[in-house]
Formats: sequence, structure tokens, C-alpha cells
Amino acid sequence: MPERTQKQKPTPSRTEETVEVAPAVAGTGDKLKADLDDLLDEIDDVLETNAEDFVKSYVQKGGQ
Amino acid sequence: MAIPKVCGIETEYGILVRGHLHDATSNPVTASSLLINAYLAAHRRVGWDFEDEHPGSDARGFSVDDLLAPEIDTHLVNAVLTNGARYYVDHAHPEISTPECLTAREALVFDRAAEEIVWASMQAAARMLPDGAEILCHKNNSDGKGNSYGCHENYLVAREVPFGRIVHQITPHFVTRQVVIGAGKVGCELPGMTSTDVPYQISQRADFFEEEVGLETTLKRPIVNTRDEPHCDANKYRRLHVIVGDANMSETATLVKLGATSIVLAMIEDDMFGDDLALANPVAAIRHVSHDPSLQRTVLLRSGRRATALELQWEILERAQKYERSHGLAAVGDEVGRQVLGLWESILTGLEHDPDSVAHQVDWVAKRRIVQAYAERHGVGVGDARLKALDLQYHDLRRDKCLARRVGLDVLTTDEEVRDAMVNPPTTTRAYFRGRCLAKWPGEIVAANWDSMVFDIGRDPLRRVPMMEPLRGTAESVARLIDESDTPAELLARLGA
Repeated sequence: MPERTQKQKPTPSRTEETVEVAPAVAGTGDKLKADLDDLLDEIDDVLETNAEDFVKSYVQKGGQ
Repeated sequence: MAIPKVCGIETEYGILVRGHLHDATSNPVTASSLLINAYLAAHRRVGWDFEDEHPGSDARGFSVDDLLAPEIDTHLVNAVLTNGARYYVDHAHPEISTPECLTAREALVFDRAAEEIVWASMQAAARMLPDGAEILCHKNNSDGKGNSYGCHENYLVAREVPFGRIVHQITPHFVTRQVVIGAGKVGCELPGMTSTDVPYQISQRADFFEEEVGLETTLKRPIVNTRDEPHCDANKYRRLHVIVGDANMSETATLVKLGATSIVLAMIEDDMFGDDLALANPVAAIRHVSHDPSLQRTVLLRSGRRATALELQWEILERAQKYERSHGLAAVGDEVGRQVLGLWESILTGLEHDPDSVAHQVDWVAKRRIVQAYAERHGVGVGDARLKALDLQYHDLRRDKCLARRVGLDVLTTDEEVRDAMVNPPTTTRAYFRGRCLAKWPGEIVAANWDSMVFDIGRDPLRRVPMMEPLRGTAESVARLIDESDTPAELLARLGA
């Protein structure tokens, strides 16, 4: 019972991780952006050419 | 102590026929049969080459009409594979149930193998179809038009645990785990709501749940399903049939989905979970949570407290960590259990501070990232078909079209183990006996089911081997017997059957 009432904020270990994660993300921000641009180029290549028809034709029977 | 959390996944795949075909083939039931038969024909050709009486009949020589023989129209395909899985047509979808696995990680490998089997089926079917025609399969749960199909999990639970306790205690996990394992969806399929109301949501399935608990799976779907069909000794066991999850493309998500749920069930079995997280209105809450990718909305607990789904997941995780310290994780496998706890914690940490930081683990985050970036690059607004196409194509099993394969999701399995799992059963459950016997004596097995096999040993009567214990028939206990037996009759004699 007692532990149920003690529900609280993130424990210290979680806060520590924030500190570690933040600089890493900032440092790789430009790279992530570049990666995303490359990914979008690739998606432009593989996305169904007629998206509207594809989406319209995508009709499934209900299952479980 | 909690019993081993034997588990498995059954996935109904979306199916679409493109190109000009005989009318009957565009029927999804027939197309699903064709798909599965194409795989079985190609597969059998390898295994049964020596005894084939028609060596000239190549799979590529089959015509669509051959495959549409009358028996296929009237009998739905239902095959058991040598890896112990079941591959069949269910509700107009091809479906694969993985074999029974001892751990979440094993089930992940067999779920991946199932994807590869469906992909191999698509390629085999393509060789039989006229030019320009193809069958596409998607590992998703909705067509965006209000039709849903399932990805179900199964867990072994001790019969002695009161079912009411399971229902009350597992529900908060089922409602909130979607923030970790939701597959993401563009738009909304709740009657009366549109993509203007909900442009993007966390779960594929949340819109389709209308009850807290019940027997249905196709209408008025319940968060906790009460199907009581254990496929094993009903006096000792229950099979908890979970219909509330999404089909995942992320291997991390599949592993955490199965692993975290196994741990929570072990805690419930040991009565170490508690009732205090019960929600005031689980059905409203599951949609509420799904419709809020900002993760800020709170849900009301029966106790009167309000909490976000993320906060409730933290609390469930903390209980699981405490359970590990007090009871250990033998019921789910110590090593896998610890891996799952670690992944679960790192995902919650990431979601809390910067959701995009877990785009390599969490499907709904990975999908949202490309949907948002695409919309920005092309100036596309809410409701545009291209955004829905991105959603569908995230789950496309064609290698050259699948977006999930391109977004940098972590891969936890090796190609080698997945290839092996396409044909060989897990060594750790009764699926081993089923799969090995099917591989060695395909001609002498009249029927194979989850909990029995029927052999024709060349004289009356047919011999049924019951398999009521999920953990009997493992490699450790029967591998040598199977290896050393030349015939099923010899095997059965040595088993004392």
C-alpha cells in the first residue's frame, strides 16, 4: 500500500539521462536534418505515383 | 510463482489485387487463397522433389485457373508450416499465427519470419499472375475507411488466476502501452470524426474499440477479449487472447509489446500489480490517448486521480522493475526480460524529453516524422491523399516500396535467424515436435493442430498424439527420438503412444 501513494516525478536516474541526451542531439542536429532530406528524396522516388487512386483503391474487408 | 509466459502473435495482413485479373481473383478471399497456395506450391516443390510424380510441373507453369480450382473456392486454405506456424485465410485476409514461443524475443523472430513468408508468397504469386497483375500485402490494421483487421497476441496464463483480476489489472496497460508500441495512423476512423479533428494519431486500432471486456473480435471489439480457447490443458491454463494491439514494423516495438505485457501478466499472476491504476472509462481513454500525439492529455482513474498515458506507463514500468528485484524474471526469460525493461525505460525517457529521439524504435514516431516532413516539403495540407499513401506504404511488404524499411528503425534480429525461422520451429515449446514431424513425415500426418497431431502409420486406426502441455515436445526432450526414428510408427512406439 504505501508505495502506491508515493507516485511521483521521474526518478533522478531519468533526469541524468536528459543531461546526457541533450548535447548529443544538438551536436547531430544538422546531420539529422540532412538524413531527413535524403530520406524525403528517397520517399519521393518510391511513393505511389498516383497517391489518390492508390488510397481510394485501398479498401479492405473488416477482419478480427 | 508465475508460469512461463509462452506467447505468440497472429497477424491478418491487408491484401490488395492490382491489374487485370479474372473477376474472382479480385475477391480478397480468393486472392488470399491464391497467395498462400502459391507459397505452399513453391515451398513443397523444394521439400518433396524426390517423390514428385510430375517432375515437369513447375510452379511457374501453374495458371491462375489451376489455382482457382473449385476446392479453393469452397475450402479456405489452412496450412501448418514446418516452423510450427499456421498460415491461413481468415475473414478475407491472409493470416499467419506464429508457433508458440518461450520468450518475447523468439516470438519477434517468428513474427519477422512471418513477414518474410508473406513477402515470399507475393513473389511466388506474381510468377503465376498475368503480366501487370500483382497482389500487395500490408502489415497494418486499417484501410483508413473504417475497416480494421487484427494483430493478436496470445499469452499462457495459469487457470487459477481469477479472470476478473486479469481484466481489471491489465486494462490500464492495454490503454496506455500504445504510446510505446502504437503503429501510428494518418486521420481518424471514429464515426463522426475526420482528419480535421484528428490529423494524426498514435494507434491504428484505438478507433475500433467499443467495449471494456467481451467475446467479440470483429464487432464491438473489447479491450480485453474473453475468448476461452486455451488450445492446451484447460484445467491448468488459460490463453489470454489480446486483440488490442497494432501490427508493428519496428522490431523494438514488437519485442517490447510482447515482453512488457508478459511481465505485467506475470506480476498479475503473482498478485504483485494492484488495482489502483484502474481507469474510470477505459474505452474513452484508449481513444483519448491515441488522438493526442502531444502526450499531454490526462485520463481519469477510478481513484479520482488524473494522469497522462506516459505517467501511467512510468508507473507500470516502475512496478515491473520492482517485481524484477523481488521475484526475478524467470517467467519471461531473465535475459530477455532485462532487455525489455531497458528498452521500455529508454523509450519512455525519449518520449518524455524529445519524441523524435525514439524514431528508430517507435513506429508512430517514425511515421509521424516522415508525414510531417513530407507535408512541409511539399506544402501538403491535412486530408491530402499523399499523406495517407505514406501511412499505407509505411506497412507495404514490397521491399522496394516499404517506407518502414527506409526510416532507420533498429534491427534486433539477424537475417540468418529469420531465414531459419521461416522453415524450422522454435526448440523451446511443443511447436518443435509439430514442426519437425511435419518436415520429416509430411505424407503421414493427416492433421496437425495446436494441441494435437494425427498420424497415418499405414494401418488402422489413425493415431492421435495429444499435445496438451505447451512446454512438452521441446528439442531437449524429443529431438533425438525424431532424429533416430525412420518412420512415424517407430516414433510413436518410442514415445509410448
